[in-house]
Amino acid sequence: MKKFAELYFAIDGSNKTNDKVAALAEYLRNAPAADAAWAIFFLRGSKLRAPVPSRVLAELAAESSGVPPWLFDECYELVGDLAETAALLIAETLDHATEESLDAFITKRLVPLRSMDKIEQRAFLYESWRLLSAKERFVWNKLITGSFRVGVSEGLVVKAIAAATGIDSNVVAHRLAGAWQPSAEAWEALTRRDVTDANPGQPYPFCLAHPLDVEPASLGDINAWIIEYKWDGIRAQVIKRLGDVYIWSRGGERLTERFPEIVAQYSALPDGTVIDGELLAWKNGAVLPFADLQHRITRKNPGKKLLETTPARVLAFDLLEWNAQDVRPLTLDQRRELLQALPFDFSPLLQPENWKAAAELQKGARELLAEGLMLKRKDSRYGVGRERGVWWKWKVQPYSVDAVLVYAQRGHGRRASLFTDYTFAVWDNEALVPFAKAYSGLTDSEIREVDSFIRRNTLEKFGPVCTVKPELVFEIAFEGIQRSSRHKSGIAVRFPRMARWRTDKKAADADTIDTVKALLKEQS
Amino acid sequence: MRSPLLEMRDDGLYCPGGDFYIDPWNPVERAVITHAHADHAVAGSRDYLCSGTCAPLLQARLGGDIAVQPLGYGVSISIGSVSVTLHPAGHILGSAQVEVASGGYSWVVSGDYKLTPDSTNETFEPVRCHGFVTEATFALPIFRWPAPAETFAEINAWWQRNRDDKRASVLYGYSLGKAQRLIAGVDASIGPIYTHGSVQILNDIYRRSGIALPPTTYAMEAGTKDFSGALIVAPPGMNGSAWVRRFGNFSNAMASGWMLVRGHRRRRAIDRGFVLSDHADWPELLSAIQQTGAEQVWVTHGLIEPLARWLNEAGIAATGLKTHFSDEDENPREPEPGGLETHGLEPTEAP
Repeated sequence: MKKFAELYFAIDGSNKTNDKVAALAEYLRNAPAADAAWAIFFLRGSKLRAPVPSRVLAELAAESSGVPPWLFDECYELVGDLAETAALLIAETLDHATEESLDAFITKRLVPLRSMDKIEQRAFLYESWRLLSAKERFVWNKLITGSFRVGVSEGLVVKAIAAATGIDSNVVAHRLAGAWQPSAEAWEALTRRDVTDANPGQPYPFCLAHPLDVEPASLGDINAWIIEYKWDGIRAQVIKRLGDVYIWSRGGERLTERFPEIVAQYSALPDGTVIDGELLAWKNGAVLPFADLQHRITRKNPGKKLLETTPARVLAFDLLEWNAQDVRPLTLDQRRELLQALPFDFSPLLQPENWKAAAELQKGARELLAEGLMLKRKDSRYGVGRERGVWWKWKVQPYSVDAVLVYAQRGHGRRASLFTDYTFAVWDNEALVPFAKAYSGLTDSEIREVDSFIRRNTLEKFGPVCTVKPELVFEIAFEGIQRSSRHKSGIAVRFPRMARWRTDKKAADADTIDTVKALLKEQS
Repeated sequence: MRSPLLEMRDDGLYCPGGDFYIDPWNPVERAVITHAHADHAVAGSRDYLCSGTCAPLLQARLGGDIAVQPLGYGVSISIGSVSVTLHPAGHILGSAQVEVASGGYSWVVSGDYKLTPDSTNETFEPVRCHGFVTEATFALPIFRWPAPAETFAEINAWWQRNRDDKRASVLYGYSLGKAQRLIAGVDASIGPIYTHGSVQILNDIYRRSGIALPPTTYAMEAGTKDFSGALIVAPPGMNGSAWVRRFGNFSNAMASGWMLVRGHRRRRAIDRGFVLSDHADWPELLSAIQQTGAEQVWVTHGLIEPLARWLNEAGIAATGLKTHFSDEDENPREPEPGGLETHGLEPTEAP
C-alpha cells in the first residue's frame, strides 16, 4: 500500500508523460504480481462496486474528526472530492507505517466491507485509517470511493507495462481489451512471452477517429476515402469464435446478454470473425433516437416487450479478424471488401463525386438521425487508439441557443471550489425557464471571470446551488433535442456545452422557449 | 453588550470615535493599515498610519510620496476620543492588529494573522479585548498546516533533486511576505537563489529592516544563461509567462496554504505544491479567538460563513462582514501598474 501511494504521488507530482510512464514502469517491475494487477486495474479507471456508500464514508470521516455534518459538507464543497475531504479531516492518530501489500488491502480490507453492516464497517475503516499516513489514507479513500483519476491514459498504462516487461505494446493493448479482471494470474497472462492468445472473447483495441479540424478539400482526392454516415449509437465489436458470439462496447463493457437478437443474427458468422460497427436501436428500416437505445443498454436482461418495441442491430463498417487471422494490417478497402461478402447489415458507403457533394450529405445527416460523416482513408490499416489524419469524424453543426446563466454550483477535481457547473435558462414570456446544464467549453481564464461574477452576484443559496443574478449570456450548443416530461421546460437536450460567452448580449437578448421548441420540429 | 467602537461603511471598516478607517477599500481622509498587501492597503488616502516596519513596504507599494505616520508596536496614541495601539499579527513584516479602545472598552482588528512564528516577521501577540475582527481565509477544519520545518525539508529535497537532474527550480510565492519567508527558510547551500524584480525590491526592504536573508540575485542580472541547479523565486502571476521560459529546463512549484487541496494545485498545472501559509489554519483561528476573550466576533475575508456559524454554535456571538474583495483569495492581487513596476525594474516583463 505504501509503495502504491508513493506511485500515486509520483504520477500526480508531474505533468510530464515520460515521468509518469517511468514511475509506473518502475512500480510494475518491483511489485508482486497481484499488486501490479490491482495497480493496472485502478489506474485504467476501473473500480470495484462501491463497498461503502459515499454518504456512510462521509459520516464516519466527520464523526472520527469531531466535525458536525454541516461543516463536513462545507469542507467537501471546497475540496470537491470526498476521499480527499475525508483524508484531510481524519486526525493523525498513529504514526506507525504498515507494510501490508496493496493486494492485501484490497482483498482483506476493501472487498469484505461490502458484506458488512455499518457498525462493522466503522470498526474496519477506523482501523485501516489508523494504519496509514495522511497521504496513504487519501489514496486508500480513493480506492474505497472508486473515483480514481490521476491523469493516466490507457496509452500511458500500456506503454509502462511494455517498458516494464518488454512485451510489445500492441500485444499488451490487445490483452487488456475487454473486461480485464485483476489477479496475479491475470498479470502473469498479460506479461507472458508467448503470443498465442487463447481467450476466445477477447476484443481488439478500437481504432478511434479525430474530429475534423481541417478543410475537407485539403484531404485530397475524394476517391482515396471511404465515406459513411456517423451513426448515433454506440461503437461495438461483435466477435464469433469457437461457436460463441461476444459483443463488446468501446468502453470495455460486455454487452452480449443485453442484445440477444444480435447474438442470434451473428451466430451465423464463421468462427474466427470479428467485426467493428455501430450498435443502434433500429425499427422499420430507420434508426431510433439514442434515448431509445439507452433503454436497451441499461437493461441487463431485456424483456419480450422491450425487444419488440426497441429492436437493435449492428451496422458493420470494419472487419478485424477473418478466418481466425488478425486482418487489421490490411488496408481498409481490402478489409471492407471481405466484410461486404458477409450477409449482414453494413453502414452504407456514400459516394459523393466531390467534397462539395460530401458537404451536402453531411448537412443532411441529421435527418437520418446521424451525427455527420466518417471519413476514412482507403489505404489505412486498423490502428490502435487515435491516430491523426487517417480516420476523421465530420460532425454536423450542433444546434445552438443563446441562454442566460441562472444557477451555479462548484466543480470537482481540478475545478474544486470554483463555480463551473451552470444551469442556463431561456425566456418564457417574462420568466426564465431552465433548459440545460453545462460545464464545459470555457477557457480557464473565462472560468475565473465567470466564477468571480458568480461570487459577487449570488442572490440565494440552496445547499450547494447558488441562484445567480441573470446577466451573463452564453451560446449553448447541443447535439439533439427531445420532448421530456421530466424537465420543467418540456424539453431535454443532448451533450449541451458552452460554445461561446456572448459578452455582446444582455439577458433580454437571450432566446425564447418557442425558438428552442421550433428545433424539435426541424429534427422530426 | 456595549455598542461596538467600529462600524461598516461603504468605504470599509470605520471608527466614528477617531474618524478613521481601518484598511479602507477606497481612498479616505485617514487610513490605519494592518499590512501592505494590496487588498488591505489601497492608494489615494490623505494620511496613513501603520507599524514602523510596515511603513517602507507601504511606500514601496503605494509610492514614496504618501503621508505615512509610523507607530511602534505597543505604543498608544490618541485619535479623537479613542486610543489606538498596534500589536504584531505575525502575517508578514510589519503586519499589525489594530487595537481601538475607549473608557476600558476595546476592539481589535486583526487584519491577516498567523500564530506560528517565523524569522521574517514579528510574532503574533494575543490581545484581550471585548470585540475581535478576525480573518477567515482558511476557516475550515481541513486546513491544518504541517510544521514549516517539514515543508521546508520537502522544498529542499525537491530543489536538490532538480539540481542533481541539472534542472532549475522555479518556486512561486507572493512577492511580499511569502517570497521572503521562502528565501529565509530554504537551505541556501544547495545552490544560488535568483529572484523576480518585484521580489528583489522587497528583499532589500526586509534586509534594511534587519531581517536576515541569504544572498539573492535579481534574475535579469544573473550574468549567466545556465540556471540549472538554481532556485528562482517569483510571484505566481509569472507561471506560464515568457519570463519563466528563459530558465530553460525547470520544474515548477507553488508555496501556498491552498496547496493542501489537490484540485487547487492541479488546475494551476504546476509540478509540485508546498503547503506553506502566512494565514492561521483552523486550530490557530480558534485558539486566537479564544485567547482574546472577546464577547463579540466579526468575521471577514474568506470562508466567513462556516467560521461565524461554528463560533455561534460554540456560544460566541459572531457576525459575518461582507468585504469588498472576493473571498478565497489567499494571494492578494499583484500591485497594479503604477505600483512596483514603475520603479525602474523590468517594465516590459509584466505577464
